[in-house]
Amino acid sequence: MSERKFKYVGTRPIRHDGVDKVTGRANFGADFDAPGMLHGALLRSPHAHARILSVDTRAAEAVAGVKAVLTGQELPKLQSMWMGGAEGGIDFRDIAENCLARDKVLYHGHAVAAVAATTPEIALQAARMIEVEYEELTPVLDLEAAVASDAPILHDDLQPIGATDPLPEGPTNIAGRVEFSRGDVDAGFAEADVVVEREFRTQMVHQGYIEPHACVARIGEDDQVVVWCTTQGGFAVKNYSAMVLQMDPAKIKVISSEIGGGFGGKTTIYLEPVAIALARKARRPVKMVMSREEVFRATGPTSGTIVRAELGAKRDGTLVAGRLSMFYEAGAYRGSPAGPGAMCAFGSYKIPNFYIEAHDVVVNKPKVAAYRAPGAPMSTFATESLVDELARELGLDPIEMRLHNAVDEGDQAPYGPVYGPIGLRETLEAARSHPHYKAPLGQNQGRGIACGFWFNAGMSSSANVSLHADGSAVVATGNPDIGGSRAAQAQMVSEELGIPVERVRPVVADTDSVGYTDMTGGSRVCFATGMAVIQASRDVVDQLRARAAQIWGVELDSVAWEDGRALPANGAEGDHEPLPIEELAQQMGRTGGPIVGKASLTAPMAGPGFATHLCDLEVDPETGASRVVRYTAIQDAGKAVHPGYVEGQYQGGSAQGIGWALNEEYIFDERGEMENPGFLDYRMPVASDLPMIDTVIVEVPNPLHPYGVRGVGETPIVPPLAAVANAMRGATGVRFTVLPMSPPRVLEAIDA
Amino acid sequence: MLSIRYEAPASVGEAVALLDADEGAKVIAGGTDLLVQYRSGLREPTAFVDVKRIPDLMEISIDADGLVLGAATPAAEVFENTEIRQLWPGVAEATDLIGSTQIQGRATLGGNLCNSSPAADTVPALIAVGAQAVIAGPSGERELAVEDFVTGPGQNVLGRGEFLVKLRVPRPGPRTSDAYLRLIPRTEMDIAVVGAGVALTLDEGGTCTAARVAIGAVAPTALLVPDAAAALVGSSVDDAALAGAAQAASAAASPIDDKRGTVAYRRKVTGVLTQRAAAIAAERARER
Amino acid sequence: MPKTHVETTINGEPQEFLCEPSESLLAALRDGLGLTGTKEGCTTGDCGACSVMLDGRLVPSCMVLAPEAIGRSIETIEGVAQGDSLHPLQQKFLEHAALQCGVCTPGFIVAAKALLERNPDPSEEETRYWLAGNLCRCTGYDKIIRAVLDAAAEMREATA
Repeated sequence: MSERKFKYVGTRPIRHDGVDKVTGRANFGADFDAPGMLHGALLRSPHAHARILSVDTRAAEAVAGVKAVLTGQELPKLQSMWMGGAEGGIDFRDIAENCLARDKVLYHGHAVAAVAATTPEIALQAARMIEVEYEELTPVLDLEAAVASDAPILHDDLQPIGATDPLPEGPTNIAGRVEFSRGDVDAGFAEADVVVEREFRTQMVHQGYIEPHACVARIGEDDQVVVWCTTQGGFAVKNYSAMVLQMDPAKIKVISSEIGGGFGGKTTIYLEPVAIALARKARRPVKMVMSREEVFRATGPTSGTIVRAELGAKRDGTLVAGRLSMFYEAGAYRGSPAGPGAMCAFGSYKIPNFYIEAHDVVVNKPKVAAYRAPGAPMSTFATESLVDELARELGLDPIEMRLHNAVDEGDQAPYGPVYGPIGLRETLEAARSHPHYKAPLGQNQGRGIACGFWFNAGMSSSANVSLHADGSAVVATGNPDIGGSRAAQAQMVSEELGIPVERVRPVVADTDSVGYTDMTGGSRVCFATGMAVIQASRDVVDQLRARAAQIWGVELDSVAWEDGRALPANGAEGDHEPLPIEELAQQMGRTGGPIVGKASLTAPMAGPGFATHLCDLEVDPETGASRVVRYTAIQDAGKAVHPGYVEGQYQGGSAQGIGWALNEEYIFDERGEMENPGFLDYRMPVASDLPMIDTVIVEVPNPLHPYGVRGVGETPIVPPLAAVANAMRGATGVRFTVLPMSPPRVLEAIDA
Repeated sequence: MLSIRYEAPASVGEAVALLDADEGAKVIAGGTDLLVQYRSGLREPTAFVDVKRIPDLMEISIDADGLVLGAATPAAEVFENTEIRQLWPGVAEATDLIGSTQIQGRATLGGNLCNSSPAADTVPALIAVGAQAVIAGPSGERELAVEDFVTGPGQNVLGRGEFLVKLRVPRPGPRTSDAYLRLIPRTEMDIAVVGAGVALTLDEGGTCTAARVAIGAVAPTALLVPDAAAALVGSSVDDAALAGAAQAASAAASPIDDKRGTVAYRRKVTGVLTQRAAAIAAERARER
Repeated sequence: MPKTHVETTINGEPQEFLCEPSESLLAALRDGLGLTGTKEGCTTGDCGACSVMLDGRLVPSCMVLAPEAIGRSIETIEGVAQGDSLHPLQQKFLEHAALQCGVCTPGFIVAAKALLERNPDPSEEETRYWLAGNLCRCTGYDKIIRAVLDAAAEMREATA
């Protein structure tokens, strides 16, 4: 790729939606009201596993102020149909029954019935008056219990999917299995001078977005449904709700609000079909807002896992063989990120012989949802811990060991494709030369290093760029802006049109106003939607050039576009005065009409993202309490469009990973009830827990994108689990294989 | 729907009358425990009796006898008081550990005591400095030691119509100081897994002449541990005495396993924190 | 049971509203008065998104009963900017890219403003501990802390 000189890309403009967000004017999911609106509330299951024998809603319906009551039986009964996807798949029957249980409740907190009433308090009180008769069943609360031969079965009709060869006959909780392999694993291990083997465990953890799920559904007079909601994908809400309610998607318009964090957790639906159904019954708008407790109990965290891992190397550090057997909790319905976990586990290294198998296992816990690089942090926790162990056993520097085995352009990814230009080596070299790596460690401190890989997604996007008569532009896309993507899109328009970023207005369009766009997820927005924005902008430029050609009476190829102006070119230089965009825009009514650039595309591939993280940890040997005292995140961004928000992704993903490593976990009692469904005891990092998080942006351009952009959002959460564990190994001499490394667990291991 | 009354009495007498007349009425000071319990359905009061408009409840006064602290004074106000920080640094640091800055704008020492959680941060600190609780009720005022106030998890000596009006903390003598430490997994925003408060007095030669050690979150109530104090008295608060105090504190602990920590962990850390708090208190006493 | 009539002062202006006696100040601000800049993240006082000033003290508005506001003075995020002129903290949050999703931002700005009013020159550590009750899940806090320290420096310079 030729070095392109950018004027706007790579700068740090103030985001367009910023003033609204620092002044409190921005409207998030719960900030909408509709005239005549009712409030919805859900009755949730007190059991983790039970059959619903009967639901009696009469008492609730009799409460003054109650306008509609809804049970799962009233939703259309769907047939199971599995649709695979890169970050896990979906089955609309499961989505429907997760919104409102039909015959069985499958986790504590599973929604059973809903009420719409004139106030939230009446709705909640009435919901609690719905009488449900349950037949309690034994809950299946961990992976080992789920795969045991005598395990209670969650779904009698569950058909395993994927590499089904060794899967059991008959009813099972193993919903699927994937495998990847290369070379001859046994021969590889036989060749190894050192082999390390461990079993790793992680617990369910939540994305922890600060904004709870919320929506308002209204039925218009023409029966058109309008849904305002906080989501990572308006089109997903529209299409999923249409499937669940068996409606024509054209009848549902989704307006996404500002979104208060998602990290994958808002890529599915919980409230929206219920709110629509209640609104249809009551003939009034219905608002539903989850409490924090509901968010923890009944939205999708990510899987708890067991990873049995083995890695072998030659004396010089060359990796020769790897073996992984992994189990991921899917929660109540199939669809854990076992697949992407398996894809990423060995993604950073040239390993000639490996075998990876990963199981998707249903348990009586909330159905998992995507969480930032779904599946990859857990498998990478195992592999990067083992690479660290090998380096220790072989007396090698952990960065040199990794550089020795790092994948390069032309190497094959464990799941098949051949890597194009990638930046793993560059991140490792940047780590080696970073002052952090050379800084002395204090007493009771250890340093950990870990790499991480995420494949990134492309998928479908649309964009419209409309020109105004004064030469300013609006760019509309269908991706909710979860962390500054609007600013980046405006920068791309600026780069193409040659107008200042402040003259571009980026908007998140509703689902009636822009072409189909896949969700904000998979680190795809700046990459794929960005490409659509660039193409739509180029469409505008082509139209502007055509107008200039018309005005000048020359051929189109005699008009160039540079710096916001049409210039005579191709031999016509000097014949005409340059025409700035303002003039062309002013005349567009007379030269052919309004100018709107459009683009829709599907990006089948993306450019993978690699990172290397450095972590210094200090441990109190008498209490087991630990603190991250220094942290550096280094990652290949391809090309950073807005470096401030790229750094923010590195920092935020690191912080989430640190929380996962040290303190975050779902704690369940023996009945399957989550014991810590609040921010007090679900311990996400607070400001005083963390140091500044240094970042280094490496730029190895991605040839699949016109500017070289690659997705950056997900990779940052992949290395921290192992980086922290490797630092803990350095600080305490103990290899931790179970997360979180909470003070009691650390002290017990130190004292052992 | 049942509706809850809001009452804001202007005097202690009015508050007693309201509470005596309605057993379901609950005192709200900062509300940081009560409102959480109310919203989760754990408590269903018939009325909130807001005591923050009663002047006695909002008082901070310090004289030759010591501190009188209105039970509804927000934690932030207590911690911001430089004289309190200087005279009772352990009580101040325990106060500063209650929740976040925001919570400290609401939460009160009185509420911390009346909520009667075994893990309350200020309770061991107050016990260590010999604080007294002043209670108002239908038959007048009574006063008792803080260590006698809480009778079990969520339970205390308050009878019908009674509520906590103020705390009295005796002024420390020469070479007397205190310290409080707790263990939480994060650096802030957690409930104590273990807490330890120590107050002690040294003579001119540096020998400990009096000590009180209290531990929290490791028994149904915060505990005064005389054996740990005895290990310190007569010593120069040296390593051996500190180890003795640690051992005694660990032995006195009778913790439970829960989502915040295990029995073994809590027992061990009780000793560690007792030892550290005693060392800090001694260091402070030497400087006074 | 009749609703409670509350007369209070919000962002310097007299306000009155009716509320349930058990309603939180947060709900009264958002649902009763349309001041939705104050956010609800947990209703248990653990996230800081609903931070407001009550008689000059930083509090979680979810932990305040609405009737407690009678005769008090409340400041919310809506009162931080003066007309079109942003508070230095707001400006620095924008310049430092100190927000990603932005839902925690109002609470952070209200809390940071309270800090700088008490301590115009806080250390990084003081700032981190003061803001420990404001959860942010997007940024890892780095840019937030830098924005607050930078705003503090600029405000000191302006008053020097």
